[in-house]
Amino acid sequence: MNWIADLGAKTLQYVAGLGRAGRFFAALTGACLIALSRFSLVVKQLYSVGVLTLLIILVSGLFVGMVLGLQGYYTLVSFGAESSLGLVVALSLTRELGPVLSALLFAGRAGSALTAEIGLMKATQQLDAMEMMATDPLPIVIAPRFLAGFIALPLLTAIFTSIGVIGGYLIGVQQLGLDSGVYWAAMQEGVDFYDDIINGVIKSLVFGLVVTFIAVYQGYFATPTSEGVSRATTRTVVNASLSVLGLDYVLTALMFGEI
Amino acid sequence: MQQKRGIDLIVGLFVLGGIAALVFLALRVGNLSTASVDNAYRLYAEFDNIGGLKLKAPVTLAGVNIGRVTDVKIEKAFYTAVVEMSIDSKYDNLPEDTSAAILTAGLLGSQYVGLEPGAEESYLADGDKIEITQSSLVLENLISTFITSGAGQGAAAQSGSESSGDDF
Repeated sequence: MNWIADLGAKTLQYVAGLGRAGRFFAALTGACLIALSRFSLVVKQLYSVGVLTLLIILVSGLFVGMVLGLQGYYTLVSFGAESSLGLVVALSLTRELGPVLSALLFAGRAGSALTAEIGLMKATQQLDAMEMMATDPLPIVIAPRFLAGFIALPLLTAIFTSIGVIGGYLIGVQQLGLDSGVYWAAMQEGVDFYDDIINGVIKSLVFGLVVTFIAVYQGYFATPTSEGVSRATTRTVVNASLSVLGLDYVLTALMFGEI
Repeated sequence: MQQKRGIDLIVGLFVLGGIAALVFLALRVGNLSTASVDNAYRLYAEFDNIGGLKLKAPVTLAGVNIGRVTDVKIEKAFYTAVVEMSIDSKYDNLPEDTSAAILTAGLLGSQYVGLEPGAEESYLADGDKIEITQSSLVLENLISTFITSGAGQGAAAQSGSESSGDDF
């Protein structure tokens, strides 16, 4: 009989967690409005969340684009369709790989750092100290980080996609000898600005929201011990990655499903 | 304070870089630079069969892209396809007897509408209909025509050789 009680306890815990997350999100949205009026705090977080993630985004984007160019070329050339290489590289990057891989890298690089930072602030009672001084930590500590992640990920995604397209160009055109005009023309022929690029940006906006929210939530509600912080960090990366992959399917079905 | 300005500068550069990447995607990767025809007028053409013509397929004049296919409908009364094309208003001097044909780029490429100007003095205007059209070449029909006419020709050649003495 014990395991039935355990099941009930787990369910209650889970539902309570969802409710806590919902209330936290509502409070955070309000705090974001206050944080917007102190934009220098957001800029400071944009540096640590966005600029410091730039290098890993640039390097992985370049290599993903190069691999796409290589794999795409060898597959397409067996159908005599290597002229579509530009289209293959650009569509895969704008629709899927750009938003998803950027979000996964972002969760690993910036999300974990956010959780660890906020969790440690909590463990060392800095957040409690702020509350003691009648200062709400949400608009000062949490909201700027949340906003910064929300702003940074779409920009990082655009950079990732662009550098990937250039990586495909380097391999397809410079190394494998495809004509440069053919590469760009096939791309411009098939990639639609609204259907493909804007939908990719919408995806990255959603991913930015979800990944950053999970990161600050896990940090804010971490058990204030060193073990608790380390667990929260792991949970951020795992939950954020799974949410990104699951949401990606849903968004793709909504965006490209009816055609 | 000095360090603060430095961070502001780097973040500014980062945001600018992200926006530049978006612009690059829009103009170089996407079709924003070519897709929208700002000042356009519409022409219609009726075809028996449009084959694989798709929306946004190019409309060309002398091989130069001057517009796009914006809509394809069925004319219920005649069971024909009506293609709506949006033509760049720079090219507003298409004669009234211009003909339209659905052509294929390359052997198995995508299909497009080719316009062939006529000789009339008056020009097509917004909403006008192109009267002379040539439908898309459907490969299956072509092959079946070829097979039947090839068989017919073979028979004709045989009968021709038999009766050749009568003709001359």
